[in-house]
Amino acid sequence: MNLRSWFLLPSWIWMWLLFAAPFVIVLAYSAMTRGEIGGIEPPWTLESYARLADPLYLTILWRSFLMAAVATALCLVFAFPAALFISRATSRRNLYLQLVMLPFWTSFLVRTYAWLFLLRDTGLINTALQALGLIHAPLPLLYNDGAVLLGLVYGYLPFMVLPIYATLERLDPSLVEAAADLGARPLTTVLRVIVPLSKPGIVAGSILVFIPCLGAFLTPDLLGGGRTVMVGNLVQNQFTTARDWPFGSAISIALMAIVTLLLVVFLRRESESLV
Amino acid sequence: MRRWLGVYAVAFFAFLHLPLLTLAFFSFNSSKFTRWEHFSLAWYGAIFKDPQIMEGLWNSVVIALWATVLSTIIGTLCAYGLWKHGSRVLTGSLYLSLVTPEIVTGISLLALFQWSFRWLNWQLGLYTVVLAHVAFSIAYVVIVVSARLRTVSPALEEAAMDLGANEWQAFWHVTLPALAPGIIAAALLALTVSFDDYVITSMVAGVDSETLPMVIYAMARRGASPVINAISALITLVFGGIILVSERMREA
Repeated sequence: MNLRSWFLLPSWIWMWLLFAAPFVIVLAYSAMTRGEIGGIEPPWTLESYARLADPLYLTILWRSFLMAAVATALCLVFAFPAALFISRATSRRNLYLQLVMLPFWTSFLVRTYAWLFLLRDTGLINTALQALGLIHAPLPLLYNDGAVLLGLVYGYLPFMVLPIYATLERLDPSLVEAAADLGARPLTTVLRVIVPLSKPGIVAGSILVFIPCLGAFLTPDLLGGGRTVMVGNLVQNQFTTARDWPFGSAISIALMAIVTLLLVVFLRRESESLV
Repeated sequence: MRRWLGVYAVAFFAFLHLPLLTLAFFSFNSSKFTRWEHFSLAWYGAIFKDPQIMEGLWNSVVIALWATVLSTIIGTLCAYGLWKHGSRVLTGSLYLSLVTPEIVTGISLLALFQWSFRWLNWQLGLYTVVLAHVAFSIAYVVIVVSARLRTVSPALEEAAMDLGANEWQAFWHVTLPALAPGIIAAALLALTVSFDDYVITSMVAGVDSETLPMVIYAMARRGASPVINAISALITLVFGGIILVSERMREA
């Protein structure tokens, strides 16, 4: 064995033992039966997958899809002008980029908790509105879909800003000048020239936001207060309180299949655009 | 247009930073309500008097240190090996592990550990949490160290070997020193992702291995509290510092 093989040995062990093996076990569990006391037993069956087609679970899957899609769209709308601003800044570009990244690198749990703190009945927003006399009773800001969406957007916004910024930075400025010379107004230039040209960044950012949003657990659990059930909560529930590991495994496999499919489609597009 | 973009940018950065700043601000409030009374450090004192928080903090530090050391070594060796000669299977697995939803990683590792208990006489505890953290931090380390390796010329090692160094000496004396800032940046990143993780940890932790995020999470589910504000402010400050150092290292 040469040095490279020795160096890669621990990583191969990681891959087989901590990445592939757990996946195979979950795959096997998904095709087995739930035992009397919540264990996993033969016979082999695809019943867990059939249960996914139950309207109750289809609704949760569909809701998760919708939540992730709306969160991604909102991220795009909020991130694009910010990325444009940073790409046009001349002197403080690095400072702005760090300002985008800094909250991202701080604890995800803390950032989610910050919204719990702001949105609750006795939180800053309700207290301030009541002090101003605008409302008399606290608004129900927390524990609903809106709060979860806010948490998701806040959590993954930097994933959208950075790829869009990266494409905007490489954009040929003469194209923008040409549009202006030909009489396009600034907004028209943005919508008809800059946005289409930054498509690779928009697609990359959307994938990077959509995937973690689809599988989100912490945000819907903390800000949705158990009322906004997304597919991540469903998986967690099957492995804890419901103790139905085969069904939880089947949902996980389905989720992984969707994520992998999205990535494959994305990577294929990417390699096409490179040719 | 330019002015509107500037105004928007101010609002955007406010949206990103104000929640954390207000959170920190109210950790200094003497009242537990969101009305400012007067400056107080009482909530910070309460952190250190809470045995659950202190135990969680200790567990988190022990776990994060072990996970960081192990994942940094494995990840650095991996990045170097892949730099010498790529492997699609390994690279693919690393990227796939990054995009796997955390809850799926958590339940898969739980399934693995529970399954191994049939043969091995151990149980969920600090070890399983450390293993889980190593499992998900390796990819981060590989990415950061690989980025650094792209700036290193393979010609340097070739020159060293022409001058009589063996493979190991070329790695140890030539490439590794050039990688040092990247490795430190990767280790600091692994430290923060390990210290922050709740979702995966909560699935594989045992009764004796509650981490700080787990304690905070349990408190937050019962509702906001100024004590959480105070811990959050401290975590943000420490993380912020670590990340700034890490960024410097990556650029160095």
